[in-house]
Amino acid sequence: MQSKMSRVTRAYLLPAFTLVGVLIVWEALYLIFQIPQFVIPAPSGIFVETWEWKYRLIGHTWVTLYETIGGFALSVGIGTPLAVMLVYNPTLRNALYPLLVIAQSVPKVAIAPILLLVLGAGEVSKIVVAFLVAFFPIVVDTATGLAGTPAELIDLSRSYRASQLKTFIKVRFPMALPFFFSGLKVAITLAVIGAVVGEFVGSDKGLGYVIVAATSYWKAKLAFGAIIILSILAIVLFEIIVVIERIVCPWYGSEQQH
Amino acid sequence: MIQIEKVSKIYRTQENEFVPAVAEVSLEVRENEFVTLVGPSGCGKSTILKLVSGLIPVTGGTIRVREQLVQEPFPDVGFVFQQPVLLPWRTVLGNILFSIEMLGKKEKEFENRAGDLIKLAGLEGFENKYPRELSGGMQQRVAICRALIHDPSLLLMDEPFGALDAMTREEMSFELLRIWEERRKTILFVTHSIPEAILLADRVVVMTPRPGKIERIFEIDLPRPRVYEMEFNERFKALNSEIRSLIFSSRKEGS
Repeated sequence: MQSKMSRVTRAYLLPAFTLVGVLIVWEALYLIFQIPQFVIPAPSGIFVETWEWKYRLIGHTWVTLYETIGGFALSVGIGTPLAVMLVYNPTLRNALYPLLVIAQSVPKVAIAPILLLVLGAGEVSKIVVAFLVAFFPIVVDTATGLAGTPAELIDLSRSYRASQLKTFIKVRFPMALPFFFSGLKVAITLAVIGAVVGEFVGSDKGLGYVIVAATSYWKAKLAFGAIIILSILAIVLFEIIVVIERIVCPWYGSEQQH
Repeated sequence: MIQIEKVSKIYRTQENEFVPAVAEVSLEVRENEFVTLVGPSGCGKSTILKLVSGLIPVTGGTIRVREQLVQEPFPDVGFVFQQPVLLPWRTVLGNILFSIEMLGKKEKEFENRAGDLIKLAGLEGFENKYPRELSGGMQQRVAICRALIHDPSLLLMDEPFGALDAMTREEMSFELLRIWEERRKTILFVTHSIPEAILLADRVVVMTPRPGKIERIFEIDLPRPRVYEMEFNERFKALNSEIRSLIFSSRKEGS
């Protein structure tokens, strides 16, 4: 019990205290040096301004959220089957993998304007940008996990004359789940970034748009507020995946703790 | 039970080179016989197990198991590997029944048998534990149960105790003998350890490397049940030193 308490203290209370400390020092520096609000606002100022805009910010948050989730869902829906095909079909792997690596090295931020040109300034183009940035880690991690199945287990399944499909469902995919989830965790964070980049390039909705618009009107407090909401959004989405991972493969998490 | 006739296996590497793994191996194994294969690394011991089980095809020669020509994998074998390779999301019982599920049989019908095996392997009380909660030796016991649950007539063991510490290793050897006394099987057992090979086997097959060939076969005429004290027995020591010198002399010739 004692050790559990101290773990909670270490994991949550200490960082929380640090954050509060930073905010107090920040507020104090602002009061002492009288920094202009439009350059770097004080925490209290950010809070007040964000609170005033709360209803409109909820709307913008919702837009960024569904663009993120749309892009993420697409990348899972396309990336996972693709990873399976790459692992099971060596010809396809040889044909596609080098292209995927090249595609990955293209900076997605750079092609965002083109995508907007092609797909329009609506949500679809943001979903596609989010998909493009989130897709690669899912393919690579899932493929790595599937390829890492111990050869002995595959031999064992073959000697029992189990079908490829059965071996996949009963052995290979569950074995790859920890890798799949680490891909998902990277992907969800990248999907948020993708959606915001898409909004930066051109939109009239979403938290990315709020940041661009607010800064161009010297509303630094609102811009900071939008950034904080965006961070919270990313953290919450990430934590949701962590929770799902713990439910789906509890054996893995407890293995790591040892 | 097993007839291996002039079997050779040549692997083809990714660079299209041909590597002979075993050459002209002939061996006959009787029903319920315990045969161990010893030899340095790269002498194709594991390859022979894979060939006998039908997991890989022979390049030349023939293998028959119970008069049947081996051409593809057949379920009448149990495999135990160096690593236990258990499924971390399944309990001890679930891991043992894995064989049944993969064979497409009804798990319910084998639960009693699994219970008996769990008792036999000294895993009572651990049925619902997960692999991570078990020691290496215990995990390997589960792997042995998994290999025995469908009552195969042939047990193929590829250095099953090679990853265990010396003390557990010796303990597991006697455990295996005890289980084998109760459930007679034909066993092909690959090992690097000469004392282990002698202690377990009816016959020890000594192999030489590159390509793997049978150098000599030793009949182990020590009485059963085998006990720990036999390692100090003159006959045991003589066999041990003879096999050792055989392996070391063939090594020198090779280099």
